[in-house]
Amino acid sequence: MDLSALYTELILEHSQKSEHKRQLKTSTCSERGHNPSCGDDITIELLVEDGKIVDAAFTGSGCAISQASTSMMIDLIKGRSAEEAQTLANIFLGMIKREISSEAELELLEEAIAFQNVSNMPARVKCAVLAWHTLTEAMKEL
Amino acid sequence: MLSLDAIRAQFPALTQKVYGKPLIYLDNAATTQTPIDVLVACREYKEKSNANPHRGAHYLGVQATTLYENARNKVAKFINAASSQEVIFTKNATEALNLVAYSYGMSKISQDEEIVLCISEHHSNLVPWQMVAKAKGAKLRYLYLADDYTLSWSEVEKVITEKTALVAIAQMSNVLGTVYPLKDVISYAHEKGAVVVVDGAQSVPHLQTDVQALDADFFAFSGHKMYGPMGIGVLYGKREHLEAMPPFLRGGEMVEYVEEQVTTFNELPYKFEAGTPNVEGAVGLAAAIDFLEKISLEDVKAYEDGLTSYALGKLQEVPYLKIYGALDAKGRGPVISFSLEGCHPHDVATIVDSDGIALRAGHHCAQPLMRYLGAPATSRISFALYNTKDEIDACVASLKGVRRWLGHGS
Repeated sequence: MDLSALYTELILEHSQKSEHKRQLKTSTCSERGHNPSCGDDITIELLVEDGKIVDAAFTGSGCAISQASTSMMIDLIKGRSAEEAQTLANIFLGMIKREISSEAELELLEEAIAFQNVSNMPARVKCAVLAWHTLTEAMKEL
Repeated sequence: MLSLDAIRAQFPALTQKVYGKPLIYLDNAATTQTPIDVLVACREYKEKSNANPHRGAHYLGVQATTLYENARNKVAKFINAASSQEVIFTKNATEALNLVAYSYGMSKISQDEEIVLCISEHHSNLVPWQMVAKAKGAKLRYLYLADDYTLSWSEVEKVITEKTALVAIAQMSNVLGTVYPLKDVISYAHEKGAVVVVDGAQSVPHLQTDVQALDADFFAFSGHKMYGPMGIGVLYGKREHLEAMPPFLRGGEMVEYVEEQVTTFNELPYKFEAGTPNVEGAVGLAAAIDFLEKISLEDVKAYEDGLTSYALGKLQEVPYLKIYGALDAKGRGPVISFSLEGCHPHDVATIVDSDGIALRAGHHCAQPLMRYLGAPATSRISFALYNTKDEIDACVASLKGVRRWLGHGS
């Protein structure tokens, strides 16, 4: 098992200090996501105006993978429409499930492509996908 | 005691490599590996004696019945039950505890009575009692722990009162390793008129079990945590309770006469064993008991105490590591939970796994305890009689590298 393919500098940076780890003053919707077996527990908040995610943030605790995945996801979706964010979430989940492998699509994930290796680690898949499932749930409220 | 090499040679799983490295299995509180004697016993049963027990008068049917009942007798002797009729085979400790909750709890506990649990209970000895409390209008009360992770006598006297109908408590915590003074707790609870349900899943592989000396009303454990197969567990109950309780599951085997409208039930223990039982599981459990008794629980305990003491010392040398549990091997079992500052337990588990080391990360099915400890999750190592000090050294060395992998420098 190649740990350096998992704990990359980028993932560690995002997991240790993320500018997105804060509370929003006002939010349109929020959702709590939890992995009961390992204790990852995050809450994602979105501020949506005219269908556009103008601000997003998260709070909570969890492993390096879940925290970094959440942080990178927020990097990616801020400033996009809810529809675009959902498309990106679908691509991310498809990448982890190994259902999507086209480079053109995966490149849309930008930094979050760093989690591609997690698809080879069944024990850590849940950590990587938590934020993206939580985002999907949160946007159902819109 | 058998030599360590001879013991390890009994466990084929321990000889394998993972990621090209020798497996170091330190997740024994979750499940233990299986010795050859148990594997052979299960296989021989399926090859030579497989039939539905207690039914049919043919040769194999008699063989299967004999093996199944011999296993029950062996369990009864192993835990010193007064009679093998007090030994009920279940799927595991969880099912055994659910049996008590559904059958005893739902029929005997009434409104405003109190059910007392220890805050360190595994969900299997907690969630069923929440159900009973909710359904019957009873109140759940908790025994909290002192700063040294022990149960103080003043806490026992404070929480267990005349209102207490039932106390449900594990003999040994699966997170902290604490072994609770159950003999005294049970005797005190009995004085107050309460019955006591003991979860022995963690203690049975490590301590000599004597249900009569403990005076436990019910005692549950699993086969797979004591070198036996998965899918077989035991509920011991005092005859007076079992006789008075309604059946848990209904169907074949547990009946006497079935009329169109009514049924009378079979005698103990069959009243509580509906359907075709797990005979190969029972046969495997009997073989696991033979295996343990050949070595002797006393020697197992002495050896494992040595491992625990050694590991507690070594772990304390790891920078940024905090142990949740007593730092002295006395009064605790071979289960050690800890956290590494700045490292989530799940990352810890992944990193040491890459060195072939199996440990457990998470809340260990004890979420109320984790909240009480203020830790969302911990890492846990737990020993069996086949672990070695070299394995502990390798684990400690691997743990020392974890913070660096996670970008903490040291």
